Amino acid sequence: MRARRLVPLAILAPIVLAGCQLPSFGAYKGATSQGQDAYKLWQGFFIAGIVVGGFVFLLIVWAVFRYRRRHDAVPRQTQYRPVIEILYTVIPIFIVAGLFVFTVITENEVDAVPKSQVTIDVTAFQWGWQFYYPATGKVVIGQTLEQPQMVLPVNRAVTIHLESADVVHGFYVPEFNFSRYAQPGVVNTFNFNVLHTGVYRGQCTQLCGLYHSLMLFSVRAVTPAQFDVWVHQTSGNRPTIGQLKQQIRANGPGA
Amino acid sequence: MTDLINPPLTDNGSHGTSVVEILQQHGHEEHGPTGILKWLTSTDHKVIGMSYMITSLVLFYMAGIMALVMRLQLASPQSSLVSFQQYNELFTMHGSLMLYLFAGPFAFGGLANYIVPLQVGAPDMAFPRLNALSYWLYLSGSITMMMGFLVAGGAASFGWVAYAPLSNATNSPGAGGDIWIMALVLTGFSAIFTGVNLVATIFYLRAPGLTMFRMPIFTWNMLVTGILILIAFPVLTAALVMLFCDRHFGTHIYSVQGGGSPILWQNLFWFFGHPEVYILALPYFGIVTEIFPVFSRKPVFGYKGMVFATLSIAALSTGVWAHHMFTTGVVLLPFFSLLSLLIAVPTGIKFFNWSGTMWRGEIQFSAAMLFSIGFLFAFLMGGVTGVMLASPPIDFFTHDTYFVVAHFHQVLFGTAVFAGFAGLYYWYPKFFGRMLRENLGKWHFWLMFIGFWVTFMPQYIVGLLGMPRRVAVYPTNLGWQSYNIISTVGAFVIAASFAVLLWNLWVSWRHPVVAGDNPWDAHTLEWFTTSPPPHHNYSHLPPIRSERPTWDYNHPEAPAVGHGEGRPPHGREKVMVTQ
Repeated sequence: MRARRLVPLAILAPIVLAGCQLPSFGAYKGATSQGQDAYKLWQGFFIAGIVVGGFVFLLIVWAVFRYRRRHDAVPRQTQYRPVIEILYTVIPIFIVAGLFVFTVITENEVDAVPKSQVTIDVTAFQWGWQFYYPATGKVVIGQTLEQPQMVLPVNRAVTIHLESADVVHGFYVPEFNFSRYAQPGVVNTFNFNVLHTGVYRGQCTQLCGLYHSLMLFSVRAVTPAQFDVWVHQTSGNRPTIGQLKQQIRANGPGA
Repeated sequence: MTDLINPPLTDNGSHGTSVVEILQQHGHEEHGPTGILKWLTSTDHKVIGMSYMITSLVLFYMAGIMALVMRLQLASPQSSLVSFQQYNELFTMHGSLMLYLFAGPFAFGGLANYIVPLQVGAPDMAFPRLNALSYWLYLSGSITMMMGFLVAGGAASFGWVAYAPLSNATNSPGAGGDIWIMALVLTGFSAIFTGVNLVATIFYLRAPGLTMFRMPIFTWNMLVTGILILIAFPVLTAALVMLFCDRHFGTHIYSVQGGGSPILWQNLFWFFGHPEVYILALPYFGIVTEIFPVFSRKPVFGYKGMVFATLSIAALSTGVWAHHMFTTGVVLLPFFSLLSLLIAVPTGIKFFNWSGTMWRGEIQFSAAMLFSIGFLFAFLMGGVTGVMLASPPIDFFTHDTYFVVAHFHQVLFGTAVFAGFAGLYYWYPKFFGRMLRENLGKWHFWLMFIGFWVTFMPQYIVGLLGMPRRVAVYPTNLGWQSYNIISTVGAFVIAASFAVLLWNLWVSWRHPVVAGDNPWDAHTLEWFTTSPPPHHNYSHLPPIRSERPTWDYNHPEAPAVGHGEGRPPHGREKVMVTQ
């Protein structure tokens, strides 16, 4: 009985909510077009979670309060109700199918790597990051608290080639709603289309040894014109990854 | 088929001898040594099971103390309570102790060892000496693991997942890593032997009349868990041996330099690791499925559907390992995503079975029942966020953040701790013939229940804000500290609840309240014998005509109704639901 009353609510809730602005449910809205796709999927999953989880929650709460022991009688020993059992097996399969369809659609958008104007080779190492721009030979490199900064243009497709010089690291920019492992011997390729200028913080997410906690970086998104100027400036004498690794092992992390 | 259902009970293969006669022959033999010598030499499944439970609870408290130190460290963003190295050791050992040495051994080595032979009406496990070997391997593995803290360079610090190449000799030198590997090989063999033992016991030592579909769900889940162990643990052991070879014998199995593959470790580890999640969870599902019917005074709702749900969870769990590897960029996302999402279906069935069991029951809120209901809420929350994580685009921005930490703690705390202690409160009268204090049990529950939500809910929020896991310090200007302080407070509330448990155990031991054989009016066979059970468990057995022989014996007037096995013990016709 109660289940039937909840069904229209389950169907109406997303429509009504879509009319107003959907809440973010704690996630970032996404500073890239890929991140925004992931964000919309998150909202969908969250609403599905509230509806399905809420239904099960109410079912439990109702059972617990309604059927608390009042007398010593032995209740009717019901064990099987085939119609209900089939319903609670089949309906979730359809819900899962729906979630899967939206997952695949979003996944294809997030993981698409169309041809881009800008390429950046990112190399993670213990414990820092190197950003190399093959078009001009520009290099940015830094360890832990130096927080090396990757610069990229807004409103352009940017392709990142990501790998690691030693152990597995995680390249994570929270506001892009994206992370990917940097692995030795594997080059991961993905695209960003950053929508707004600004500075976005990034951090290593995969445990990579002693100073994992300090493996920070940032991403600065600038206008294409500013980017062209920046990327053609020579980077001067930069230490190599090997030198920085020796330095941090000898002297500890520092800015 | 007949042999499987009613296996020969005697060495000469005759079907003529009843289990009662066998037990009468062996039931009154010499009980062997007592005192400390009993604990050292016994092959009795009850003594071994109790040893498992005590050992794993000690390790649980140790791992809990490590968690408290970590929570204190994180209460302030740039704390120097522990060093980076110490912090890495702490979370590695906390995870290793909780997952490898507590959650599995407590249920599978402890409760299953004690309860399954009783539930199937057997005098002991199929291989009692192998059973003893399992325990001693487990104990020596656990001591080995703890010795990591004593060696130069400290304990293992590469996380409980030991990703290559961080775990190789170059990046993690020192004996700590080797000790960790050896400890896991030892306890891994212990798990494999217990798995063999339980599967053999359940297939071959069931009492006459106890067909497969009359087994209690607890026994069913232990059977499925045993099979999963036999699938998963040998893979872990092999992967660990190869890691040891990489560290010491110059092989390059997991290193790029020698033509090896670091990702191979992740594949092997998670091929073990995801079935392992269900190896940890299924026994606890079994526990609450014993408790809900007893304290609702009803049979398990949809018993057969639940068995098939368990079997499909087990089958699916061997094909979802790469959902831990979505962000590696080298796995087939749609396949692993679909299988992971599908696990929600049989898990959902279980939720409906549990609610349906309570539906129209007469629920008594004993401590065991409260912990079981707490499990439902905890596991529901962990399950819903688990479905979110099964979607790769969402996993991309939550992977390795505190969102995942919150998710798997709600799942594992929900199962191993809520359901685990439900089991302790439920079976304690059977173990010792005396009651735990119910009022202290309720204090334990409510403190833990509140502490649980206060600890883990803020971690979802701070994870979505971008706080990675396994960090000892974090930036001060991001607003993460308040969530971490709330979480730390919650952790200490949980710790207080476990102080109440210790007090309860102490009081109940010093001032015993006699329990009787069947204080809960329970359903299954173990409540038919005395509390504690005699050396070979039973002097006689009731007729077994459903999955709850003790209930049928005590309540001939109240048989189960509906389709299937739940037929009245003395009835001649099936009663159908017509409403």
